[in-house]
Amino acid sequence: MTTLHEPLSNSAHASAALYARHRQRNRILHALLVYGVLTLVSLIFLLPLAWMIVTALKTPQEAILFPPTIIPRQIAWENFAKAWTFPGMQFTRWTINTLVISGTVLIGVLLTSSLVAYGFARIRFPGREFWFIATIASIMLPPQVTLIPLYILFYRIGWLNTLNPLIIPAWFGGGALNIFLLRQFFLQIPTELEEAAYIDGANRFQIWWRIFLPLSVPALLTVAIFTFQSTWNDFYGPLIFLTGKENYTLALGINLFAGTTGTEIQYMMAISFLMTIPMVVVFFVAQRYFIGGIVLTGVNR
Amino acid sequence: MPVVLGLILFVFGPMIVSLYMSLTEYTILQPPQFIGIRNYVDMFSRPTLRVLQSLGVTLIYAAAAVPLTLVAALAAALLLNQKLPGMRVFRTILYIPTVVPLVATVFVWGWLLHPQLGLINATLEAIGLPPGTWLAEPETALPTLIALSLWSIGPTMVIFLAGLQSVPESLYDAGKIDGASHPQLFWYITLPQISPTIFFVMITGLIGTFQYFIPAFILTKGGPLYATYFYNLNLYEKAFRWQFMGLASAMAWLMFAIILALTLILFRTSDAWVYYEVKR
Repeated sequence: MTTLHEPLSNSAHASAALYARHRQRNRILHALLVYGVLTLVSLIFLLPLAWMIVTALKTPQEAILFPPTIIPRQIAWENFAKAWTFPGMQFTRWTINTLVISGTVLIGVLLTSSLVAYGFARIRFPGREFWFIATIASIMLPPQVTLIPLYILFYRIGWLNTLNPLIIPAWFGGGALNIFLLRQFFLQIPTELEEAAYIDGANRFQIWWRIFLPLSVPALLTVAIFTFQSTWNDFYGPLIFLTGKENYTLALGINLFAGTTGTEIQYMMAISFLMTIPMVVVFFVAQRYFIGGIVLTGVNR
Repeated sequence: MPVVLGLILFVFGPMIVSLYMSLTEYTILQPPQFIGIRNYVDMFSRPTLRVLQSLGVTLIYAAAAVPLTLVAALAAALLLNQKLPGMRVFRTILYIPTVVPLVATVFVWGWLLHPQLGLINATLEAIGLPPGTWLAEPETALPTLIALSLWSIGPTMVIFLAGLQSVPESLYDAGKIDGASHPQLFWYITLPQISPTIFFVMITGLIGTFQYFIPAFILTKGGPLYATYFYNLNLYEKAFRWQFMGLASAMAWLMFAIILALTLILFRTSDAWVYYEVKR
């Protein structure tokens, strides 16, 4: 797939030197074409983020100019502060809520999904295969099927409009996909290690905590990144379970902000950008695990 | 392992409750009334509930967006799979739109596609083309959302890249010796080799379509004229706006049944076109 050279028969009569030069030229043309297409596509893909930043930096008058200016004439840095402290909005509070949820969900998912995965990978118990298949099959189940009974359950025990419904379920197994991913990883850990630990008198929890977790840091990081990303961005869950403004997450807060009169587009874009920054930072710091994680979930099937 | 049982209870318990609830009329305030299969009959026979209509919107979206993103992601992966410097930079750029929180993305889309003030219409006008109505008209709203799905090819593209890189080089060498052209190499070697990946992407894409929510809820609110009234949005409104918990449960089970049926059909046909290594 490196070159698009013409069929050999065309140039068979040509001298070897001419053919080599011909190939060389074609290869350069081909590379230029690939770069050209990719650059164009990249520009299109960067457009939303770029336009978000450009609009966030415009003054109110310039933001609604038509046709719009591509580069702001006057950089309005104050938009970020103005949007953050907009009357009636509680962005600091919502950020704290989002961080509390993301953090506790992260710990819950990492601890319990690795514990369950360890069980599936190493402990023999009756019906293990059945339960494992049932766990995997639950990936297919739309969350809406279990959502409504859970909603009513949380309503009955008074958990609506608290952060509990968004946190506690993560402490019960932490998601079928994560269990599957970690189990596949655990299966590759040699058994000699834990046998040695057994002889030294370690119990199952110690083996899980002292041997399996330290050895699976890359897999755990992958799970951690995707968990953090999905809780940070979650909209559906908070929308259903949180009703009071003081309990909102950032995702809900932005939506409320958009529906508030007096919200101008440059403030919307400024807040959107602020919510995006942590995700972009995490992505660039941990790009390896992002890519690796996607490959794992995709190829293991 | 008590944790295993805890997890299963968290899924199976609610499942059974949900199945029972789908056979009741239940508005939370009053205890559930058993009404048999009436919710299921109503879904199909009462157009005002818009169950079939929203199902249609979702299936049209799936039929268009799933193949579209699949082809685009594969094309991008083929481009990025060339042995040229700088491909990792491009891979990062194409992935970035999926890193931005969807809630934030949706507002940028709304702004870019603003009929009067948006950059897209300004650009069209500048090069002498008529402005589009995008999300503002029933005829163009759903096609616009389908086109927007192209920006989220990042993860699919990465999966394809991994699939392409696992195709043994020796197969291409053998093909070239036999005098195969590049399209032939792609058609007879690359495609069969990555067909399991294609299959995986199709199934996850299909399931994902039924979860489609944020753009429809925030950006179009299901409109105009219910043109983007996705199934999941309909279910949300029935359950949490009108508190029709029984009906919503029935809708969730219909969703599950359709996903299962479509997956089964894909599995059945997969024997014909998905190529597996002998070791599987």
